[in-house]
Amino acid sequence: MFDYDQYFRREMMPHIWCKGCGNGIILKALLRAIHRLGLSKDRIAMVSGIGCSSRLTGYVDCNTLHTTHGRPLAFATGLKLARPELTVIVITGDGDGLAIGGNHLIHAARRNIDLTCLLFNNQIYGMTGGQLAPTTPEGLFSTTTPYGNIEPNFDASRLVQAAGGTFVARGTAFRAIPLEKLIAEGIQHKGFSFIEILTTCPEIHGRRNKLGTPAEMIQALAKTTLPTGVLHNAAGPEYTEAYEGIIAKAQGRT
Amino acid sequence: MQGSVRLMQGNEACARGAIVAGCRFFAGYPITPSSEIAEELARLLPRVGGKFIQMEDEIGAMAACIGASLGGLKVMTATSGPGFSLKQENLGFAVYTEIPCVIANVMRGGPSTGLPTSPAQSDVMQARWGTHGDHPMIVLAPASVREVHDLTIRAFNLAERLRTPVILLYDEVIGHMREKVELPEPSQYALVERKKPACPPEDYHPYKAEEDDVPSFIRFGEGYRYHVTGLAHDERGFPTQNPRVVEAKQRRLHSKVERHREEIAACETFLLDDAEVAVFAYGITARSARAAVRAARAEGLRAGLFRPISLWPFLDLEVGKLADQVKAVVVAEMNLGQMVYEVERAAHGKTRVVAYQKASGEPIHPEEILAVLREVR
Repeated sequence: MFDYDQYFRREMMPHIWCKGCGNGIILKALLRAIHRLGLSKDRIAMVSGIGCSSRLTGYVDCNTLHTTHGRPLAFATGLKLARPELTVIVITGDGDGLAIGGNHLIHAARRNIDLTCLLFNNQIYGMTGGQLAPTTPEGLFSTTTPYGNIEPNFDASRLVQAAGGTFVARGTAFRAIPLEKLIAEGIQHKGFSFIEILTTCPEIHGRRNKLGTPAEMIQALAKTTLPTGVLHNAAGPEYTEAYEGIIAKAQGRT
Repeated sequence: MQGSVRLMQGNEACARGAIVAGCRFFAGYPITPSSEIAEELARLLPRVGGKFIQMEDEIGAMAACIGASLGGLKVMTATSGPGFSLKQENLGFAVYTEIPCVIANVMRGGPSTGLPTSPAQSDVMQARWGTHGDHPMIVLAPASVREVHDLTIRAFNLAERLRTPVILLYDEVIGHMREKVELPEPSQYALVERKKPACPPEDYHPYKAEEDDVPSFIRFGEGYRYHVTGLAHDERGFPTQNPRVVEAKQRRLHSKVERHREEIAACETFLLDDAEVAVFAYGITARSARAAVRAARAEGLRAGLFRPISLWPFLDLEVGKLADQVKAVVVAEMNLGQMVYEVERAAHGKTRVVAYQKASGEPIHPEEILAVLREVR
């Protein structure tokens, strides 16, 4: 049995996630991935934005920063540039990372800065009560699309790849062990790594759209028609390393 | 370079002051009339092993600064009106999470895109109240190129000392003006470093205040694993809705600045000792006011100048004393009424407060202030 307590802040329990939410599966996969890599908690920084998934940082016993809506990648960019030796993991959601924070996502990818970004995609704004997200499927209902959603949605992984991210993967809360491996691979990758994780919101999103029980919704993730696994893995100059070159140049050492 | 006389621009002086203060990180976004600060620091920072990054937007620049400050560096960003508006949410985050940073706002005419290359003093209230929620704010207002340099250093010292953002607020003229400046050797400036915890990691509470209301602060990655959140939080940094804890944090945030008022407060007076009429003016307007006061004296008018150097917290005590002394205070500012209401409040009706305001994008000239002085004599 894996001892999750070595990474949890017990005093922060119980967590805020609803019964049946897929986020807990992802949190556990992340902790196992960290353990698998043998990373010291002192050397990990986790940075999150606002939303259900972003509350994750409060539960993990490392250096944690719960920022403003949509901005965790920008905060993390400053932190990583200041302390390149830290492993910086960014936790964001589909609303946080693709709507209000979309600009930071494409530019973090473009810079290829060594951050590992986990984007929890549950297709909805859960924390604020079930409003339309840029990932809500066409035709589905939310509190702000009472007659059905007419907006096409993002393919976040293709977006990040097009913007220059050098490691792009997609996992699901259904396949927890492969997800753990994807996260570990993403953390090990030098450069910007992006892992989109399909998860479920049975309470706010599932009930309104009659998507089944929490278990049925998790199982439905297995049938996703989107490609999963490592979608893109390339080498490229990493931003903080490249900046060391700028320092050398400015100091006349090159 | 340092320790010598040279012609220097206000924004350049800001960048050089930042380097002397120990600033080792700048994140910014191009905007007139502050861009020279970014351009200069892009050149200077890597020379001293510091980092510069041009972010994708103003919001991200403020965010990156906060992240880098948590990473242990002295940080700064610079902007002007529209960008200052965009930074407000994350500025409030830095206030609430008590993360030191310096923000230079080089004021241009507004609202909206306004007058990008013309001066104004219309962000005085935004600097105080721009971010949402109750919060204290420290704002410094230089009036010369040399003072931009020195107050930038002071802004860093106050930010690190009090674990809070500090705003450096000056107008486009001060930012773009070139003056002959003699700078002391950098070693002549006393620098303040953030207070590190004296306790072992297991006892560390990132928001447990010490006697001076300022909690100790340690960068990420030193074994003191803690949580930082913009949610209301307790002394450990964890979210809470406990009314007692929430209120105690709010009150400490304010008292932290209020009890260091004397350390923050700064003003300059000119020919004020025997004055019957005073001009209250800051930034570039204070320089016109000084000339107006001199001209008024030549006409036999007993005029003097009161120039606040720290705008916020407001100099209540000093303005109260001024109101006791003079028959009238002329508040000259490049806006349609911002500081004048503070002067009225602090004067408690003890003197006549006369506003002279200009919102055309042109500086206020000495003759304009002189004309008002002649009227109120």
